[in-house]
Amino acid sequence: MTPLLSVQGITKRYGAHIGCADVSFDLYPGEVMGIVGESGSGKSTLLNCMAGHLTPDAGQVVFDTRTNGPRDTITMSEPERRMLGRTDWAFVHQHARDGLRMGVSAGGNVGERLMAVGERNYGDIRDKATDWLGRVEIDASRVDDRPTTFSGGMQQRLQIARNLVTGPRLVFMDEPTGGLDVSVQARLLDLLRGLVRDMGLSAIIVTHDLAVVRLLADRLMVMKSGRVVEAGLTDQVLDDPQHAYSQLLVSSVLQV
Amino acid sequence: MTEYNFAYLDEQTKRMIRRAILKGLAIPGYQVPFASREMPMPYGWGTGGVQVSAAVLTPKDMFKVIDQGADDTTNAVSIRTFFQRTAGVATTTATSDATVIQTRHRIPEEPLHEGQILVYQVPIPEPLRFLEPRESETRKMHSLEEYGLMHVKLYEDISRHGHIATSYAYPVKVEGRYVMDPSPIPKFDNPKLGDMAAIQLFGAGREQRIYALPPYTQVVSLDFEDHPFEASKADHPCGMCGATDSYLDELIIDDAGGRMFVCSDTDYCEARQTAGHKGKDAA
Repeated sequence: MTPLLSVQGITKRYGAHIGCADVSFDLYPGEVMGIVGESGSGKSTLLNCMAGHLTPDAGQVVFDTRTNGPRDTITMSEPERRMLGRTDWAFVHQHARDGLRMGVSAGGNVGERLMAVGERNYGDIRDKATDWLGRVEIDASRVDDRPTTFSGGMQQRLQIARNLVTGPRLVFMDEPTGGLDVSVQARLLDLLRGLVRDMGLSAIIVTHDLAVVRLLADRLMVMKSGRVVEAGLTDQVLDDPQHAYSQLLVSSVLQV
Repeated sequence: MTEYNFAYLDEQTKRMIRRAILKGLAIPGYQVPFASREMPMPYGWGTGGVQVSAAVLTPKDMFKVIDQGADDTTNAVSIRTFFQRTAGVATTTATSDATVIQTRHRIPEEPLHEGQILVYQVPIPEPLRFLEPRESETRKMHSLEEYGLMHVKLYEDISRHGHIATSYAYPVKVEGRYVMDPSPIPKFDNPKLGDMAAIQLFGAGREQRIYALPPYTQVVSLDFEDHPFEASKADHPCGMCGATDSYLDELIIDDAGGRMFVCSDTDYCEARQTAGHKGKDAA
């Protein structure tokens, strides 16, 4: 089986400072990978390198494209990479405001990706947008409202709908539950878990919240100072951490 | 005519602008940056159009200026006088006699012919500006032909108003490649942009951009399959000349709700009245 995404030796430096160093892993179709670590451990840098927002100094990010098979997304041309970015890839930002157009209605936000890939029938676009709002538990009557009138949790769900409408195969998520209160987090996680399972999505989730990866991720990488210090199955890493930093991380979680 | 170089601008500046125009003509719809000069008028009054006109005028030209279709409004009169004084060119109000027509927000009703140049004054040349504020990003979108966002604007129109409510500066696609802002002409004029015999030049002074449509260029107004483009106008005949096929201005004529509709193209309207056509409000 070909991996959907194969990352090899990704290194990104900011001058003398290391963003992330020599990260390699394979992600198979339908698999959810969690990346955890403290602030400044390089997990967002790694995610941005993989998603094409940053250019790494070394390494390869090989994606199994629909038409041409495995391709290195770092050396492919920019139009191709941007095309991937609006079809097979999705990127969920930590702050919904970064991923949404706040001046455009919810329906327009969801429809943007459809129009970007050439959909030109208003009725169809609107039907799909309404359908997706339903799937992320936003009432269909809100389709013409702007995201500014939405709560934080709704904005985050809208951002997810907007990203998944073109049926991507790989979703990058940067702290998808950050800044939400716990009950809203729980609903969002529930929703994400359902969508990931139903659509057979592969996902890479960056977070510092161990509960998120426990619920969503099949596999886990623990990062510290730009390097991967431990990797393995989620339950294995969380229940029996081997590296000193992983042990610290797991033991830092408050038990209620 | 001794105080000024011909047509106000110095020859090096005209040369620079002509290069931008030629590049614009070679890549229809592409916005060519140029070093816009200070003109003796405020930005927003047609500094871009004036510079383009100055660069294309020759002493033998017959010059016409219209503002919202009219030859006799402040903007039109002052620009016409400006070139009378600085270039000494002959001027006219008759569309068919003119060789260079500078326009603000209208295309003349009378079809233009080969050999004429239509110069538009453009306030904001970037059709994506109000959707994407970053210039670096809009340039990238143009170069990679990523125009989905333009349809998001039209989608918003329909979802809010039930139809495409954009009625001026309606975005067009040129030769299947560049999306272009046709300057704030009413969308009634959009069908005239395509396949026109005259050369169309667009100058944006403050934004420092020139773009162009060579004669007989394909220009398509953007739309949705189920909400096709429609060139709309007020559903009335002209009160002065009775024309039913021209773009109309609505005038309030008293404080009791009285109003009348007249052609916005004054030359067209006057020519029809001279020919004996009469509308219901004509004296």
